[in-house]
Amino acid sequence: MSIDSAPDTAAPPPAPAGKAATKQNLRPGDRVFLGLARGSGITLLVIMAAIAVFLTWQATKALTENEGNFLTTFEWDPNAEPPVFGIAVLAFGTVVSSVIAMVLAVPISIGIALFISHYAPRRVATPMAYVVDLLAAVPSIVYGLWGALFLVPHLTGLYEWMDAYLGWTGVFEYNGGAARSLFTAGILLAIMILPVVTNVSREVFKQSPKMHEEAALALGATRWEVIRISVLPFGRSGVISASMLGLGRALGETMAVATVLSPSFMIETSLLDPGGGTFAQNIAASFKEASPAGIGREALIASGLVLFVITLLVNGLARLIIARRKEYSGANA
Amino acid sequence: MTDVTLDKSPVDEAPVPTTGPLRQPRLPNWAPYGIGALSVALGCGIGLVAGLESRIQWGLIAAALYVVVTFALTTTVEGSRQARDRLATSLVWVSFLLAVVPLFSLIWETVARGSKVLDGTFVSHSMNGVITLQPGGGAYHALVGTLEQIGLASLIAAPIGLLTAIYLVEYGTGKLSKAITFFVDVMTGIPSIVAGLFVLAFWIIYLDMGYSGFAGAMSLAILMMPIVVRSTEEMLKLVPNELREASLALGVPKWRTILKVVLPTAIGGITTGVMLAVARIAGETAPILLLVFGSASINTNPFDGAQSSLPYYVYEQWKLGNEASYDRAWGGALLLIAFVMALNLLARGIAAWKAPKSGR
Amino acid sequence: MKLQRTNRLRALAAGALAVSGALVLTACGSDDNSGDGDGGSSKAASNIKCEGKGNLLASGSSAQKNAMDVWVKNYQAACPDTQINYKPTGSGAGIQEFLQGKTAFAGSDSALEAEEVTQSKKVCKGGQGVDLPLVGGPIAVTYNVSGVEDLVLDAETLAKIFDSKITKWDDAAIKKLNPDAKLPSTKIQAFHRSDDSGTTDNFTKYLNTAAPDAWKYEPAKKWAAEGGQSADGSSGIATNVKQNDGAIGYAELSYATGNDIPTVKLDTGADAPVEATTENASKAISEGEIVGKGSDLALELDYKTTAAGAYPMVLVTYEVACDKGNDAATLDATKSFLKYAASEDGQKALADIDYAPMPDEIITKVRQTVDALA
Repeated sequence: MSIDSAPDTAAPPPAPAGKAATKQNLRPGDRVFLGLARGSGITLLVIMAAIAVFLTWQATKALTENEGNFLTTFEWDPNAEPPVFGIAVLAFGTVVSSVIAMVLAVPISIGIALFISHYAPRRVATPMAYVVDLLAAVPSIVYGLWGALFLVPHLTGLYEWMDAYLGWTGVFEYNGGAARSLFTAGILLAIMILPVVTNVSREVFKQSPKMHEEAALALGATRWEVIRISVLPFGRSGVISASMLGLGRALGETMAVATVLSPSFMIETSLLDPGGGTFAQNIAASFKEASPAGIGREALIASGLVLFVITLLVNGLARLIIARRKEYSGANA
Repeated sequence: MTDVTLDKSPVDEAPVPTTGPLRQPRLPNWAPYGIGALSVALGCGIGLVAGLESRIQWGLIAAALYVVVTFALTTTVEGSRQARDRLATSLVWVSFLLAVVPLFSLIWETVARGSKVLDGTFVSHSMNGVITLQPGGGAYHALVGTLEQIGLASLIAAPIGLLTAIYLVEYGTGKLSKAITFFVDVMTGIPSIVAGLFVLAFWIIYLDMGYSGFAGAMSLAILMMPIVVRSTEEMLKLVPNELREASLALGVPKWRTILKVVLPTAIGGITTGVMLAVARIAGETAPILLLVFGSASINTNPFDGAQSSLPYYVYEQWKLGNEASYDRAWGGALLLIAFVMALNLLARGIAAWKAPKSGR
Repeated sequence: MKLQRTNRLRALAAGALAVSGALVLTACGSDDNSGDGDGGSSKAASNIKCEGKGNLLASGSSAQKNAMDVWVKNYQAACPDTQINYKPTGSGAGIQEFLQGKTAFAGSDSALEAEEVTQSKKVCKGGQGVDLPLVGGPIAVTYNVSGVEDLVLDAETLAKIFDSKITKWDDAAIKKLNPDAKLPSTKIQAFHRSDDSGTTDNFTKYLNTAAPDAWKYEPAKKWAAEGGQSADGSSGIATNVKQNDGAIGYAELSYATGNDIPTVKLDTGADAPVEATTENASKAISEGEIVGKGSDLALELDYKTTAAGAYPMVLVTYEVACDKGNDAATLDATKSFLKYAASEDGQKALADIDYAPMPDEIITKVRQTVDALA
C-alpha cells in the first residue's frame, strides 16, 4: 500500500500542474500542495480499485480449480484433490445471523435512542449518550471473549425455554448442548451493533423539528403520540440507514462470530442447533489450514470477495438513503 | 428544554374529554415505582418457584410483568390513549435496561476477571517459553506489537486521510471529488477481514513477502483512512469561510492559508478524529490473524517476522482453552479496553477543550 | 491566534509525552520467563550441550506444541545463544516448509510419505528426510455425565457413540461395560473437531483398526462421520465437554487435565480397563514396531494390543530432519536441540505436561540417528 501511495503522491503533481496552468497561474507551493492533496485522494481510489482487482484475480484462480459448485456446494475442502468448496452454508449463516441481530437490535436501539433523546432527564441522557458512544468502541474480540465465556453458558436456560414454547415451529428446536448456534451469534451481533444503530438514530431523533413536536403537544397529544406523529416519521429514513450501517457491521463481523459459533458445513433447520458458519468466521477459522501450496487461501479470498460485494451493496444503499434524506431535510429547513 | 416541558405537558394540558370529569383520573406518581417493585418481586418469585436458574430470565419475566401490569392498570384508570403512552414509556425503559444489562456485564466480567492477572509482570513480560497450561507470562510482546502496528498504520493513513479531506473541502469540485467522496463512504463499510484478505492477496501472495507487523499495519491503514477523511472533512467544514477569505485577501497563498489558518483552527477536532480512528483499529483482530501470524516472543521489528498484537493475543489465549490461558485472555482484554477507552477519553477531552473555539 | 499557538504547543507536548512513554515502555519488557512458574525442569539445563548458535526455525504439528514449548524453554535457558521458533502451523504445512528448505526441521503427526521422501532428497543433499519419533501422547476421551465416574468404554462402543448409533447414556452397550455406574438417560452429545487435525486422524485410525465393523469411515484429518457437534481445536472440545452435561469428546490428555474433566478408561481386552495416562501410552507405543528403513524411524502402532496397562489410543508425532545434508548453518543447533529432546531429561520433561515419553528401545535408536545427523 505504501508501494501504491509512493508513486501516486509523487506522480500527480505534473499532471495537475499542466491542467491548472491553463486555468490560472498557480504558485509553485500551491501546485505542490494541490498535487499532494489530489494525489492522496487518488491513492484512496487506487486502493479501492486494487482491493477489487486483487480479490477478483485471486478468487478467479480458486474458482477455476473448484470442482464443486461455488454457490451451492455444502462443503469447504479447497485442499482436497480435486478441491471442492461452496459458499451456500456461509451465505445462509451470514444472512441469518445478521437478520437475527437486526430483528433484536433495531427495536431496542430505537428505544434507547428515544430514551436518550426524548425520555430520559437531561442529567441521565448526556452521560448515557456518552456511555453508548464508548461502548461502540469496545473491540469486537472483547465481545467475542465475553460471548464465548459468559454469554454461551448463560443462554442454555433461554434456549430450553424457547424450545418448550416455540419448539413446535421447528425453527427454535433445541436439542441440548452448548448454545453455540447461529442464534447465539445473532444475539452477540445484536449487542455489538446496538451502540452503532443507537448513535445514528439518536442524532436523527434529536434533529426532529421542535415546532412539530410542540404543535402536537399543543393539540393535547400524549408523549407517545408526539413521537409517533412527529419524531418517528421524521426519523424513519435515518433509522433505516442506521440499521443498514449496523447490518453492514454485522455481516462483516469476524471475531465475535468465530468465538461463539460451533461451525459445520451444514444448514440446520433449527436456529438453536449448533452448526453453520459465516463468511468472515470461516475465513478466520479455516485460514490456518489453508496451506500456501494449494488454493486454500485463494478459496477464502473468493468467499471474502462475495462478502465484500454484499457489504458494498448494503452500505451503498444506506448511503443512498442518507443522501436522499439530506436533500429532503435541506429543502425543509 | 423541550424535554422538561414534555415531561409536564400531558399532565397540565391534558385534553378535556367530552364526557366525565374535567380532569382525567391519573395513577399516582409513585405508581411506576410500585409496579416496578412488584414485578421485580414477582419475577424473582416466579423464577424461584419455577426453579429457573438463569438470572437473566428472572429479569425478563419481571420486565414483561411490568409492561403488562402497567398497561392493564392504566387502561382501566386513565383510558387507552394514556395506556398506550405508558406502554411506550415502559417499552423504552425496558429496551434501555435490556441493552444496559449485557453491556454492563461485559465490562464487569472483563474488569473482574482481567484484574486477576493484570500486574507489573503481565505488562512487562512476553509469552516466550511459558507453558500455556500454566499461569505466568504476559502481554508485553502484544502491547509492543499493537503500538507499532497502529503507529505505522497511523503514519500511512493519517497523512493520506488528512490530505484527501483537504482536497475534498478546499479544492474539491467536479467528478474526481464526487468519486472520492463516494468511495470513502464505501471504504468505511469494508469489513476488516476483507481488508486483511486484500493485503494477503497483494502483499503476501502476489509480492511473496512474509508475515509481518507491517503487513498488518497496511490493512489497518485501509480501515483507518476513511474514518480520518470523514472526521477531518467535518472539522474543516466547520472552519468559518471568513477566516479563509481574510487570509487570501492579504495575499497569502492558498496552501499557506490552509496550513497556517484552516488547519490550526480545526486541529483539535482533527486530532480527535484521528485518535478515535486509532482507537477503532487498535481493537481489530481479523487482519492481524491473517497477516501478522502471532508470536510468543518480543519482536520489536515490525518489518520482519511474526509479531503479536493485543486483540490477537486475547484470541490466541482464548483458543488455548485452559483456565490459565483464559485468565491471560481476560487480562489482555482488560488491557485492550483500557487502552482504547483511554484513547477515546483523551480524544473527547481534546474535543471538549477545543470545542468553544471552533464555534460549535 | 496566540491562544491557539499555545494550545498547539501543549498538544505537541502531550504527543511527545505519549511517544516517550511508548519508548520507555519498549525498553522495559522482557522475554525471560524462566523466573515464573515451575514448568518443565530447569535443573536439567546443566545436562544440555550447547552447539551452534543463531535462529532455528521449525514448524509443523500443533499437537506437539506444548512439548516444544517446554523443550524450547529449557533449551534456551541453557543455551541463550540459540533462539528456537516453532510455529504450530499444522503437519502438512510444516512438511511443505521443510521440503522448501525454509525450516531446519518439521514437526509432523504422520511419517513422511514415499513421495515426500523423494522430494526431500532435493533439500537434503546426499541424504533424505527421516522421521524421528520424539513425542507420544495419549488421546483422551473426555466426558461429562453427572454422577458418573470411572466410565469404561471399548472401541466398538466409542465408534458407535461418535457415529450417533448410540444416543443415550443408559444404552445397553454402555451399561454392560459399566455395571456399577448409575447411568442417566441423558442424550449423548458427541463433540468432534471442526478443523483438520492429526488428533482426529489418529483417533479415527484407532477406531477403524480396533473396531472395523462399527467404524467404516477411512481415517482422515477431517471428521468423516455425520451427526454430533463440532468444536474448533482441542481446546474447543475440552471447553464444550466441560460446559455440557452428557457431552463426550476426544482431545490430547493435557487438555483434559488442564480443564479438570474426567477421561474414559479403555476396555482393550486386557484384564483391567486401561486409564489414559502417559505411562500407559508409552507402554502401548512400545508395542508398536519401527517400520522405517535405514535411519528412518517411522512407527507402526498396534492399536489392537491387549497387553496389560497399554493404552492404545495414542498419537506419535515426529520431528522430520535430513539424515545427511542438513543446512550447515543450522546443523549444529538442530543436532544439539534434538539431542536434548531425545535425552533422558528431555523425555522426562514430557511426562510433566501429559505427553508420553518414548519407550527406551525406540528412544535409543532416535539418539543414534540424531548423533549421526550430518
